[in-house]
Amino acid sequence: MKSSSTKTIVATGLGAALFMVLFMFVKVPSPVPETNLQIAYGVSAFFAALFGPLCGFLVAFIGHALNDFIAYGSPWWSWIVASGVSALVTGLASSKIAPRVEEGIFGKDEIKVFVLYTAIGQAVAWLLVAPILDVVLYKEPVNLVFTQGAIAFVMDLLCAAIIGGLLLKAYASTRTGKGTLSKND
Amino acid sequence: MKTKLFSYNQLDTFVHRLSGLTKLLCFILLTSTVMLTYDIRVNIVIMILSAVMMRISKIRFSQIKIMLIYVLIFLATNFVLTFLFAPMYGTEIYGIRHDLFTIAGSYVVTKEQLFYQITKFSKYLSVIPLGMIFIFTTHPSEFASSLNAVGVSYRVCTSLSLTLRYFPDVTRDYTTISLAQQARGLEMSGKAKFADRAKSIAGILVPLILTTIDRIDLISNAMDLRGFGKNKKRTWYARRPFQVSDYACMAVCALILLVTLYIRFVINGNYFYNPFVQ
Amino acid sequence: MAETVISFQNFRFQYYSQAEPTLHDINLDIHKGEKILIAGPSGSGKSTLGHCMNGLIPFAYRGTMTGTLTVGGIETKTASLFELSQKIGTVLQDSDGQFIGLSVAEDIAFALENDCVPQKEMKVRVQKMAELVDIASHLNNDPHELSGGQKQRVSLAGVMADDVDILLFDEPLANLDPKTGEVAIELIDEICRLEKTVIIIEHRLEDVLHCPIDRLILVSEGRIIADDTPDNILAMNTLVPHGIREPLYVSACRFAGVPITSAIRPASLETLDMSACKDKLHAWYKANAKEEPVTEKRPLLEVSDICYSYDGVRQVLDHVNMTVYEGEMMALVGKNGAGKSTLAQVITGFLKPDAGTVTMNGEDLSKYSISERAEFVGIVLQNPNQMISKAMIFDEIALGLRIRKVPEEEVEKRVEAVMEICGLRPFKNWPISALSYGQKKRVTIASILVLNPKVLILDEPTAGQDYRHYSEIMKFLQKLNENGQTIILITHDMHLMLEYTERAVVLCDSVKLADQKAYEVLCDIDLSRRANLKETSLFTLAKKAGIEDPLGFVECFIRCERELR
Repeated sequence: MKSSSTKTIVATGLGAALFMVLFMFVKVPSPVPETNLQIAYGVSAFFAALFGPLCGFLVAFIGHALNDFIAYGSPWWSWIVASGVSALVTGLASSKIAPRVEEGIFGKDEIKVFVLYTAIGQAVAWLLVAPILDVVLYKEPVNLVFTQGAIAFVMDLLCAAIIGGLLLKAYASTRTGKGTLSKND
Repeated sequence: MKTKLFSYNQLDTFVHRLSGLTKLLCFILLTSTVMLTYDIRVNIVIMILSAVMMRISKIRFSQIKIMLIYVLIFLATNFVLTFLFAPMYGTEIYGIRHDLFTIAGSYVVTKEQLFYQITKFSKYLSVIPLGMIFIFTTHPSEFASSLNAVGVSYRVCTSLSLTLRYFPDVTRDYTTISLAQQARGLEMSGKAKFADRAKSIAGILVPLILTTIDRIDLISNAMDLRGFGKNKKRTWYARRPFQVSDYACMAVCALILLVTLYIRFVINGNYFYNPFVQ
Repeated sequence: MAETVISFQNFRFQYYSQAEPTLHDINLDIHKGEKILIAGPSGSGKSTLGHCMNGLIPFAYRGTMTGTLTVGGIETKTASLFELSQKIGTVLQDSDGQFIGLSVAEDIAFALENDCVPQKEMKVRVQKMAELVDIASHLNNDPHELSGGQKQRVSLAGVMADDVDILLFDEPLANLDPKTGEVAIELIDEICRLEKTVIIIEHRLEDVLHCPIDRLILVSEGRIIADDTPDNILAMNTLVPHGIREPLYVSACRFAGVPITSAIRPASLETLDMSACKDKLHAWYKANAKEEPVTEKRPLLEVSDICYSYDGVRQVLDHVNMTVYEGEMMALVGKNGAGKSTLAQVITGFLKPDAGTVTMNGEDLSKYSISERAEFVGIVLQNPNQMISKAMIFDEIALGLRIRKVPEEEVEKRVEAVMEICGLRPFKNWPISALSYGQKKRVTIASILVLNPKVLILDEPTAGQDYRHYSEIMKFLQKLNENGQTIILITHDMHLMLEYTERAVVLCDSVKLADQKAYEVLCDIDLSRRANLKETSLFTLAKKAGIEDPLGFVECFIRCERELR
């Protein structure tokens, strides 16, 4: 009903805060030992799908960078950029998803588009961007970074697609019937 | 409940008095210095410099202890994994091989591998204190205005500033919602099975995200009403004006970068500092 | 006549997504320097009216407008939001959402920053505004270190920094405790004297009338019902039928048969002509006074010697003791930060106390996990959106049972029983998104009740509700209580305490200050001041009328009003 650039800016700021909160406090151990499922990627995918690629990129980028600052004292740029890229690609689908979701619809077609873009985004991020940057910036061994990237790809894709999808579904359901509601409750 | 994002402490030291913009630029310059070469000598110089700065800015060990533990765990894991995945990478890089001892089969420890890994280790480690100094001595209000000054769009900077502002609020929402849902029976502890945990998380995330969306509407109205986005730029109340010391610090950092570039292109003539081949 | 600054002419507005117009035939002129109160129940269109004036309509909310509206001489239809924001400043009800800066000074400066005012000038103007609203000593504080009232002052300073002539306050009392609200109203009054035009949108009439206003505009169903002085409107007796509560002392006078005319100046207790009502009040009290029977009660929940501290330095609860009796509805009151919510979280097991125990029927509850404890004590959060995670009402209420692996047949039975109690039966298959706020609140209450907790705690159950919704929620809670449910209400709503709870426990600065009848708390000037409450106007009225036992008068009024309900 309401769209403005201010709203996108605010959504970016709060989305990043939410991303950080989940990144810091919600740790779900994954089936692979010593790794956690990062629920936060569901949030960045959600914001990307609703508010576009730049918002998505910044939600993950700011959220991840600030988290690193707090946890390690210094950011791990290669993975932060990759986080941002993953959501950026999901955001490219927002013109197809957001208007429908605002009308209360998140059906099969929208889910397909969402999952497809999310999968591409996560693949680009973890199979290309993160490992290449690791090699370029830190001279990490190539086979090591690609293995790490592949693990991150699988887990973050799961989170982004499932959690992001659930959130979009839930959000869409609050948009139903807006116009049809009569005044007497 | 944690209400402050960073343990920024209001002290009055030389480093605290620098403008946030200066600290950001120095952080970027020195980080670039480390990134542009693979030279352990440069890393050591930066490490010494940042140790001195930490001293000056009165950062206490207790403040950084937990961070340091995380970093060391990470680096130790990385150290082991690097060796497991690429035991001969150092030899490849430096183009020569001096065996030290054999662990098993093809896992031979070479001087070059050890040197490569230690250099990498020092590279990571020299960047860490720089970030810590920036975080501990810069008031959060100055982050956004500093970034704006180095050319990042003010809209993006405003987003960052909102993240810092509302992080504690979102944290509080998260805690409240999470507790209320646990009371209804959602199991968050390790006891629960994976599928149950996933369900529990959805049970917390849905209300959390819908509450956040409500907040977004409200804040964007409040900002619109106060003229946000009226002009192509904005000014910042919290920006700290430059002093002589600001220029001096930037000059020093720029000099370090230039010297490093000189070493890399003229003296080493290579990305890697190679003590093995003269 | 002063210059007209806001003028609605045959104005009509319809939201893009709504089937019918929200505002009809609005004709209204507001003059320079006036102080106006716009009152009306939720959904009456009073907020829409405010949005039209500050430009959020049509800038942020789409819809169709007919007729004209000019603000400060510009036609809003064609103006930009920025032009309007130079004329009219808005203080929103949610002071947290409006607090955008990382510190007080930055927030005040926000409008100036957007205006590209140079830093030097900004510092001067911020300082000046901060002094005006008396917040200058907190310039470097961050929002989490401020109380609700202080945050509101910051918002006001931020709006005034832009040097606007018209100030619009959207429900300024919504999130404040009574004492802070009173101070806020006084501050608004002072601002008005600086030749500003002030428009207040509120439904808490008695609290706004603490300081005089020039005109009261009553809005209902999108139309202006009355536009007159408060004295005249009170005399018309049109407030209650339109869902606005009149001041309690006015209701008391009506009970006593005093004819309310504008001649007796009913808008304020200070101006009220006592000679016109004194005798009737005395006579009424004599006729209705009687002793209250004392009933024997059994203790259910015992909180003993609880200590709690978040940081190990400042005690938030300091040896607090409290007993909750079976079947009662009691209030837990005290100003913000006094420890009410912390105590509730200790009772529900969300927080582990540093010392002390919580027992139910003599059984120590500390051995149970949070979710097991929910079967003894249930808590309903203030904002229903913080609890709802399902799309359908039935699923939402069933959630707690399904997680506990209760067989589906029994789930169905229990959910239906609870829906019946909560009046949600007709909505069984509705999506939650189609419900009103009050109905959502009921769903969250039902979702907790379904676990059969012996004690139900509600955090500010009526916050942000108008009189009609407030009564609806409270009647429902009262019905639950009559069915034997023990209820603790955390609140600072004085009406709620007075009318619905028998007993109030007052927390102040981490210790228990009092544990007595609710109306006694509100008749004790010292006690209510320390708890950031206000003395009830009924008590003041009784004293002014010279009634010997003013406490008895208050008690009598409440009893009579309950009987009437």
